[in-house]
Amino acid sequence: MNFEFSEDQNLLREQARSFLDGECPPTLVRAVLNGQKTGNGDLAKKIADMGFTATVVPEEHGGLGLSYYELCVIAEEMGRSVAPTSFSSSVYLATEALMLAGSPAQKAAWLPKLASGEAIGTFAMAEGPGRATPGNLKTSLVAGKVGGKLTGTKVPVADASVANIAVVVVKSARGDGASLALVDLSGPGVSQSPIKMIDPTRTHSSVVFNGAAAELMGADGQGWALTQRLLDRAAVLFAWEQVGGAQAALEQAKNYAMGRYAFGRPIASYQAIKHKLANMYVKNTIARSNCYYGAWALATNADDLPLAAATARVGAIHAYEFASREDIQTHGGMGFTWEFDCQFHYRRSRLLSVNIGSLGQWQDKLINAAVTSDAA
Amino acid sequence: MDFEDSAEEARFRAEASAWLKANVPAKKELEGLDEIAASRLWQKRKYDAGWACIRWPREYGGRGGSAIEQVIWNQEEARYQVPGGVFSIGQGMAAPTLMTWGAEDHKLRYLPKLASGEEIWCQLFSEPAGGSDLAALRTKAEKVGDEWVINGQKIWTSGAHYSDYAILVTRSDPNVPKHQGLTYFFLSMKTPGIVVKPIKQISGGANFNEVYFTDVRIPDSQRLGAVGQGWQVSLTTLMNERASIGAGGGGVGFRQAVKLAQKLTIDDKPAIEDRSIRAKLADWFVQESGLKYTGYRSLTALSKGAIPGPENSIGKLVGAPKNQEMAAFCIDLLEEHGAIWDEELSEARGIFQLSYMSSPGLRIAGGTDEIMANIIAERVLGLPQDPRADKGIPFNKVPTGSN
Repeated sequence: MNFEFSEDQNLLREQARSFLDGECPPTLVRAVLNGQKTGNGDLAKKIADMGFTATVVPEEHGGLGLSYYELCVIAEEMGRSVAPTSFSSSVYLATEALMLAGSPAQKAAWLPKLASGEAIGTFAMAEGPGRATPGNLKTSLVAGKVGGKLTGTKVPVADASVANIAVVVVKSARGDGASLALVDLSGPGVSQSPIKMIDPTRTHSSVVFNGAAAELMGADGQGWALTQRLLDRAAVLFAWEQVGGAQAALEQAKNYAMGRYAFGRPIASYQAIKHKLANMYVKNTIARSNCYYGAWALATNADDLPLAAATARVGAIHAYEFASREDIQTHGGMGFTWEFDCQFHYRRSRLLSVNIGSLGQWQDKLINAAVTSDAA
Repeated sequence: MDFEDSAEEARFRAEASAWLKANVPAKKELEGLDEIAASRLWQKRKYDAGWACIRWPREYGGRGGSAIEQVIWNQEEARYQVPGGVFSIGQGMAAPTLMTWGAEDHKLRYLPKLASGEEIWCQLFSEPAGGSDLAALRTKAEKVGDEWVINGQKIWTSGAHYSDYAILVTRSDPNVPKHQGLTYFFLSMKTPGIVVKPIKQISGGANFNEVYFTDVRIPDSQRLGAVGQGWQVSLTTLMNERASIGAGGGGVGFRQAVKLAQKLTIDDKPAIEDRSIRAKLADWFVQESGLKYTGYRSLTALSKGAIPGPENSIGKLVGAPKNQEMAAFCIDLLEEHGAIWDEELSEARGIFQLSYMSSPGLRIAGGTDEIMANIIAERVLGLPQDPRADKGIPFNKVPTGSN
């Protein structure tokens, strides 16, 4: 049994943590929240200079060719620091989509740039309220002589304002009813406007495609299956971000409870508070151990990746949601003020809960996977 | 990361597995034996072949193996339905306490018979006035010559009615603060003056007892630790109690609940297709999976010869309420039929009903949910203890409900 990160991986964790403590302190998150700074400038560049964006990209495409264990370690630290950057869009979604479904030419064109941080990518699926399905997608790709033309509106799209490319889920008359399209966001026929989000530390846009030049990624009519595979992979990485955030929220609540006195003693000595924090620890531990399972399944490309991913994701949603809410509750009225940092986790946990499919979707996927693996 | 054994572990597993395959008693062999006789038969067979109490030193009846070997043995043995629960308190709690605090001649006398299953032990700790607040116990120990005279009452003592020996913690000095006035012993359950009265549980079983002491005499040589050191000795026992009850297992599990949801219908469709059913099942899968992989993380530490982190302390706090919720959920799925508890009429011979009626006990035994949460808060997260109304006060001046 060797169900633990290696010494090198733990060393990387320490490096990532001290780097982010220095470069992404709460004061930066706050400045981004207040609209005084962006996390997509200096911070994004420094993250790329650390090599984090290149972690799992193969060396032939300019990456470091490391394992997903390393990327999970980095993801946890990103979540812990509530990093206000496009890292997840570019690394967990666009880069993964290219590695999963990109043609050799698409990979050669974009993977080196995504790895170096020269380019940023994102992923666009949602088109409005409610769950996207092949049946309700409206965005379409019309094939032309060279490539095709993309038409439709995607909203919200994370990080579109800083991204060079987007991987877009479009409807298809073939196969599973969807395809993936790769579009250069700087080209003609693309317009976008920023939208206000529950978590303003992550930029999002409404993106309108009006005959924008785009290419198929993967085969026409296989886009829904590819999307599910992509989301399974991304779910493990998002779950690690959520677990990192949940741990930070627990520590924040604990530090406050130790220092805050009521009725002559620290509120951390009251069972009502102790049990709240103990329950956070329990949920965090369940989520973290399931994330280990997800990391293993992702790193080894295991057959039960869909089950492991859904298990990690569901546990992580529960843990971060609970921790961020109870963090505010532990702080009392101060936790509800703009002046305190509790809001970082409350906003981020809600965003992360819906950005690659909500709790219900992943619970549903989990049962599909668990019952299938049972029958097998 | 991987789930593989090291070469050494794989060798041990293969050896254990082969021996088990050849030696697990056939159903026929156990026919007509009660639980204790069947447990003794299997334990003796393991002991004779050197497979009992893997971690214990050989001179005390064990195998001299490592912690990870004990775990591997448990995994392999769990593949079979073998009896043996009656030894868990003696081997899991009394033995580690004897090993830490006992005299050498006691260890040589008692441990091998614990390992062989010849002697069964129970744990005389909880009292009517001291459960979660164990150190508030009142059973009195008075020194008379070379002996101690014990008077008082214990409660919730599992297996007292069939045990040969017991570990016992008593109040030897009521004039000092509560933790300082305790003294710890072991004794024969055949000692005159002991009366055992079974307690009937809401599940219908009667696994635990009240135990009354009237002028029970124990030689001073059967004291473990110094006079007044009983609390420290008790902590050795309790640490091992949580390790052995820790898993909080048993009861209805995810696979059973899925099977039921596949079989039953809601509005003429399989219940498993219902979104609200799937959501609940998914959350329980996450909990079971989380406990499983938390266990793997601890095993990894053991495998490397390190001490596992605090993460395993969540087991009972997650597992016990989950059992109760899942049992209630399965009964709900059965609708009105779920209220029937009859081995012939009930689905799956009544395991959902039995599980529901047993689950409150799991949430209490070995530390209530609330005490487990306190332990996590104080020992894992480092939060301060509650201020105590009895702190520093002589035990006989502490307020109680009866004065």
